[in-house]
Amino acid sequence: MTEVEVKELILGIISDIAPDEDVSDVDPEVRLRDQLDLDSMDFLDIVMELRKRHKIEVPEDDYMELSTLDGCVRYLTPKFEAQKGAA
Amino acid sequence: MTHYDVAIIGAGMSGLAAAIRLAHFGKKVCIFERHYVWGGLNSFYKQKGHHFDVGLHAVTNYVKPNYKGPRIPLQLIARQLRIPVDAFALRPQSYSQTVFESATLTWDNDIGRLREQVKEKFPDQIDGFVRLEEACASYPAALEERPFVSTRQKMNDFITDPLLVDMLMCPLLYYGSAVEGDVDFGQFITLFNSIYREGFGRPDKGVKHILNLLLARLKEVEGEMRPRCGVRELSVKDGRVSEIILDNDEVVTADVVISSAGWVETERLRSDKDSFALEAKEGQLGFVENIFVLDRSPKDLGLDATITFFNHSDRFQWKSPDPFVDLTSGVLCAPDNYQWEEAPREHQLRVTHLANWSKWFGLPADQYYSIKDDFIARSRQSVKQFVGDFEDCINYIDGFSPTTVTRFTGHINGAIYGSPEKQVTGKTELDNLFLCGTDQGMLGIVGAMVSGVTVANAYGMNS
Repeated sequence: MTEVEVKELILGIISDIAPDEDVSDVDPEVRLRDQLDLDSMDFLDIVMELRKRHKIEVPEDDYMELSTLDGCVRYLTPKFEAQKGAA
Repeated sequence: MTHYDVAIIGAGMSGLAAAIRLAHFGKKVCIFERHYVWGGLNSFYKQKGHHFDVGLHAVTNYVKPNYKGPRIPLQLIARQLRIPVDAFALRPQSYSQTVFESATLTWDNDIGRLREQVKEKFPDQIDGFVRLEEACASYPAALEERPFVSTRQKMNDFITDPLLVDMLMCPLLYYGSAVEGDVDFGQFITLFNSIYREGFGRPDKGVKHILNLLLARLKEVEGEMRPRCGVRELSVKDGRVSEIILDNDEVVTADVVISSAGWVETERLRSDKDSFALEAKEGQLGFVENIFVLDRSPKDLGLDATITFFNHSDRFQWKSPDPFVDLTSGVLCAPDNYQWEEAPREHQLRVTHLANWSKWFGLPADQYYSIKDDFIARSRQSVKQFVGDFEDCINYIDGFSPTTVTRFTGHINGAIYGSPEKQVTGKTELDNLFLCGTDQGMLGIVGAMVSGVTVANAYGMNS
């Protein structure tokens, strides 16, 4: 999965969780919760959606990695690659 | 034998919310509901062509259209259940009033109005009221154990006029205290915010609208609900629920059991417990409610308020009364008086009073009905100052007593608000049995859903 695809996938999850938020111009370098109305329960849901939809596990110690969109891409792209390799 | 990740007892608001959350994340979930309709304490029924909500006066925790601020409970529910706030279709109240013998407070979904009323009618108490507002600014933490703190005592820090204390507490106790004379201060904060800060709304088609939303979501996420299928017993082995025995003798198993049946009620289902061990913890506060179907709008009878909390003296008593019904106080709800876009299809008035459950239980049928009729007439008298004598405007009357509540919801003593001892953590003595709903300490429709969601997140996801 490419970085662009991972970005799209994360934004897709966010708009499912928070349909009233506009995700069209999220700044990838700024913390997601500083530009969108997302709280800790929503972040938990992002993690749970990743597990449900893509079988990607994010351990609690790594939650911080997901705080920006760039962070998500950096952290998740190798995980998707590893998954592809395994399959 | 069918095995579930999570079995849920009771298809009320909390059970439905818990099931939606768990099923959404792929858990195999089933709700077991003894009654043939869902909704529990907030259900609906039809009688002689009239549609009734079971007990709903108001949905608390109204979200104002322009609301900006920290996330409030109904918004949390919307996110967690993936049901937009707008889908609940709540219309705001016009205003409500608290009427005691020598003072009246009117208030609405903007707490500023209540503040102004306090300032005008109790000028020496306004500073204390403002401090109370600040002390209630945030909800107590979910699932965190906290000792019982008496609101009556705590109020001394803020408000010194006993009349104002009683007037502020009256609506909150009526809409959510299982404790005689008092309420836990943590719960008081929740009620204060839900009722005074956020306020009342009501969906156009009553509670059924919300229940339909929840049921549609449950189907969408492939959660299962089995009506007419109560849980008769929870077999306990090695500190866990090992088997769930249903009313029809069928046996199922589950990794986790979440019960919304009430704390004492759930303990009584356990195979390893003396069923009367917790008698002292049973809820004591029963209610009667009379629903009058009218041939005209309550406005034509002079009532503009949505909800009227009344107390015929200046001292408010919150306890199980000695007589069948305590007519010295009550709640008068006029569902017509929400800010509807379309007029309701039928005019109704609901009048609620405290009732002594021990008097109502075990009455022979003929006595039960004659006593009920007598109190319906006297209840009408008790609200005369707001709507006059409306006997000639009544098309139909129905209502419930503590007996009715127990029959349809299984709540012991008809105690709608459950046991005075809340199990805030949702945990029980058993490793895989948890509580949600009334006895987890959350109240009202929105509170119940918050409870279901919180307990599901904390204990159901890892099954």
